[in-house]
Amino acid sequence: MARAGLTALLSHWRRHPLQLAMLLLGLSLATALWSGVQAINAEARASYAQAAGALGQDGLDRLVSGDGAPIAVTVYANLRRAGWDVSPVTEGVLIGTNLRVIGIDPLTLPAQAQQIDLAGAGLGDFISADSVLFVNAQTAAGLRTVTRYPIRVAPDLPSDVAITDISLAQRLLGQPGLSYLVLAPGNPKPAPAGLTLQTPQGADDLARLTDSFHLNLTAFGLLSFAVGLFIVYSAIGLAFEQRRPVFRTLRALGLSARALTGLLLAELLILALIAGVVGVALGYLIAGALLPDVAATLRGLYGADVPGTLSLRPAWWAAGIGIAVAGTLVAAAQSLWRIWHLPLLATAHPRAWARASSLALRWQAGAGVGLLVAAVALGMAGDGLWAGFATLGAVLIGAALLLPVVLTILTATAQRMARGVLAQWFWADTRQQLPGLSLALMALLLALAANVGVGTMVASFRLTFTGWLDQRLASEIYVTARTPDEAAQMLQWLAPQTDAILPIWAAETPLAGQPGDVFGMTDHATYRDNWPLLYAIPDVWGQMAAGTAVLVNEQFYRRERLALGDTVALPGGALPIAGVYSDYGNPKPQVILSTDQLIARFQDVPRLRYGLRVDPAQAPALAAALQAKFALPDGSVLENASIKAMSLQVFERTFAVTAALNVLTLGVAGLAMFASLMTLSGMRLPQLAPVWAMGLTKRRLAGLDFARTLALAALTLLMALPLGLVLAWVLLAVVNVAAFGWRLPMYVFPMDWLRLAGFALIAAGLAALGPWRSLARLVPADLLKVFANEH
Amino acid sequence: MLLTLSSVTKSYPTVEGTTIVLDGINLALGAGESLALTGESGSGKSTLLHLVAGLDTADAGEIAINGRNIAQAPDADRAAMRRGTVGLIFQQFNLIPSLDIAANLAFQARLAGRHDAAWVAELAHTLGLEGLLARYPEQLSGGQQQRVAIGRTLAVRPALVLADEPTGNLDEATGDGVLDLMLRLVAQTGAGLLMVTHSPRLSARLDRTVRLSGGRVA
Repeated sequence: MARAGLTALLSHWRRHPLQLAMLLLGLSLATALWSGVQAINAEARASYAQAAGALGQDGLDRLVSGDGAPIAVTVYANLRRAGWDVSPVTEGVLIGTNLRVIGIDPLTLPAQAQQIDLAGAGLGDFISADSVLFVNAQTAAGLRTVTRYPIRVAPDLPSDVAITDISLAQRLLGQPGLSYLVLAPGNPKPAPAGLTLQTPQGADDLARLTDSFHLNLTAFGLLSFAVGLFIVYSAIGLAFEQRRPVFRTLRALGLSARALTGLLLAELLILALIAGVVGVALGYLIAGALLPDVAATLRGLYGADVPGTLSLRPAWWAAGIGIAVAGTLVAAAQSLWRIWHLPLLATAHPRAWARASSLALRWQAGAGVGLLVAAVALGMAGDGLWAGFATLGAVLIGAALLLPVVLTILTATAQRMARGVLAQWFWADTRQQLPGLSLALMALLLALAANVGVGTMVASFRLTFTGWLDQRLASEIYVTARTPDEAAQMLQWLAPQTDAILPIWAAETPLAGQPGDVFGMTDHATYRDNWPLLYAIPDVWGQMAAGTAVLVNEQFYRRERLALGDTVALPGGALPIAGVYSDYGNPKPQVILSTDQLIARFQDVPRLRYGLRVDPAQAPALAAALQAKFALPDGSVLENASIKAMSLQVFERTFAVTAALNVLTLGVAGLAMFASLMTLSGMRLPQLAPVWAMGLTKRRLAGLDFARTLALAALTLLMALPLGLVLAWVLLAVVNVAAFGWRLPMYVFPMDWLRLAGFALIAAGLAALGPWRSLARLVPADLLKVFANEH
Repeated sequence: MLLTLSSVTKSYPTVEGTTIVLDGINLALGAGESLALTGESGSGKSTLLHLVAGLDTADAGEIAINGRNIAQAPDADRAAMRRGTVGLIFQQFNLIPSLDIAANLAFQARLAGRHDAAWVAELAHTLGLEGLLARYPEQLSGGQQQRVAIGRTLAVRPALVLADEPTGNLDEATGDGVLDLMLRLVAQTGAGLLMVTHSPRLSARLDRTVRLSGGRVA
């Protein structure tokens, strides 16, 4: 019985291959976009885990100085004498490179922290007079040309990390003190006076820093998945409605409601598994195509090393197929519920589905309004990234639910205002089509709003970022010397050829418990005129020059909920905040104080980097002469134009993934329109044939049907614009602030909207082309069937 | 003569080959005259009606309405003729579900550009539809829907009314009432009436009856 029943149910798809194709395509694409994003995230997280696992000392407790300054060797020695099992580490980034140098003492380092084999020859290398650098093969390839120290390859180390003896690290980094002391497990607590105990985070810093980036990607993946599910929901709903007579017959022939629902469930599972496998395979391709851009973004933004190639992970395959099955069940839940509860023996009516939808319209309106109210409440009262995404979700779903209601009101108004009979019929008939088209239109609304919202966010960011770069990179040339002696010679040579030489010296120090940077700033018109201050006290530059206040970056200011006048704890004493500056693309907290204060508080700060003010026309020649004179390597002398170009390149790659997902989502929405229109076109004849019989040509009817699709797409676009702007505002004012710590001004770009409107209408036109063609090609015999009395 | 059919033939391709549905039909109908077209299922009654309505084209022969041959006329010409000269009443009513009854009643007259509000109001009154004008087709009974369909057709004051089993979906009492109204109003407008019916009882109420059998006039 079950087999016969299933055969009868599946025969529907044989007769409606396009519907089947749309269902499978919708589910495959939804799964592909979701699992593609998940694959990217999984790959990146696996890289972070590898990096965290490879650096063993990151997993142990450590002691740091209370004021963030280096720990004196005597403090370490005293602790050892007092019985503390601690090991010294000096760590920092080699100036002018991305190389993280970690200096260790192999004799005292706890076994749990040893990431390279120190037994035998390894230990000999460490304690020999001419210490070596341990790096992985990839880092070694780039390092051999820039260091004179011997290099050994340790395959398990992450990229851009060098482990070496502590004395060499101190020489390389120009830092005689100790960065922190690693504690072997089982040491007494609390920490000794003057030191602070830091316990390892659950996830490493990189994973924590990049969490918001991955959450953004996940949110976009989820949106794409939801848009894809609209196709699935639509296709399943129509297929169930069209098969009502079959259900009735099966029930009449003795199939119980339970058995029928079970068979339908089995059918859905078969389809979900097929689409899931296809979707995961497609997702793999999408992830493979997008991963290089994501890897570049993560490297540019967070210094995270993610390989640009994708690994196949069984868990990801299982999750992808699982989400396809779950999505299908969610999309089919309402239809299954109806089959279970509605009187199946009632007369089948081709418009029952549409009528049921119209009855649900009031509930939908209520739910939509409720969600929008919830979104406003969340936006006002909520805090943090999750509140931001919850606001976004509530706004998007609320607006999508309200779309059919608004379109019903608009078409009814248009019908009332129309003067010609055809126009009246056009709008009335359009309203009649809404229940069948509303899901596709909702998908289109979400895709268009996402396009407007994300597009506005990216374009606002780009505009702000470009202006900010111009302000921030005010010096014409930036130069980094290799040694203090070289720096001194360079300054002497440059002095008569430049208008000003501005030191750019920085020290790493914890700020409010997080790794941060402290920069020095020399009092100069360059900064007074250009530095991008967001908020400041009236005498900000006077106080900075006097060394009595500091500037903080926006992300530090927002994350710590600081205010002007609040003090920032720094080695050597706290200073009040006189101003806040924008600092895009930097995940770390940052403080700027006067150069004198920097030197006083961080006496060993490397003094190698400078900004040069010269006549812009002379900059290229001076840069070339400087590089030639001191035989500086590439990258040591940079003109601001090339830094800007590099920064903008990183920026564009950052949003390349977003743009790709945007286009894919819009494509899926176009497909949803096509699927709905094709399915509905077969059900349209009873409505069109009488009008044809009363004297309208097929050509005219087809033209009107085409115009109807364009009109609905245009109305949806009109609704998508304000929705997209709300989306952009939430992204800029809530999500970005929570995720990255900076708030961006919002700009609108009407020309972008026009372009999007053009794309949307073209997509809708293409979607309507198939149904238009089949309507225009109908032969009278097809239309006459509507009037046939003898079936 | 309002309607003249001369040697009209029509065939359809089927899987078994070409099926001749109408085979040399000759027929004439004067203004104000009513004609019942009867015959067994498959005799070609509906096909003949569809050809006269310009819904389909004949393979051969001539179909003249007010002296104008439409048998092989282009689609646009036949559509124009359907808008203003011919009125169609179907067994399944075929009202427009998205429009209310008032809009349905006036639809074809407005399409033809000859909407007469007073005449439509009179039709609504005569057909007993005054209280139903704000409703939608699906909210009406079958008899009410067919009365709307009759009103819609007559609102345009067609020269020729074509009715295809107009009471076929109604019970006998309702059907009789609807037919009474239709015949009275058609007579009032002076239009010719060509009605397809299976029922000898109904055909007897018209001026003449023509019986089709195997695609020919019996």
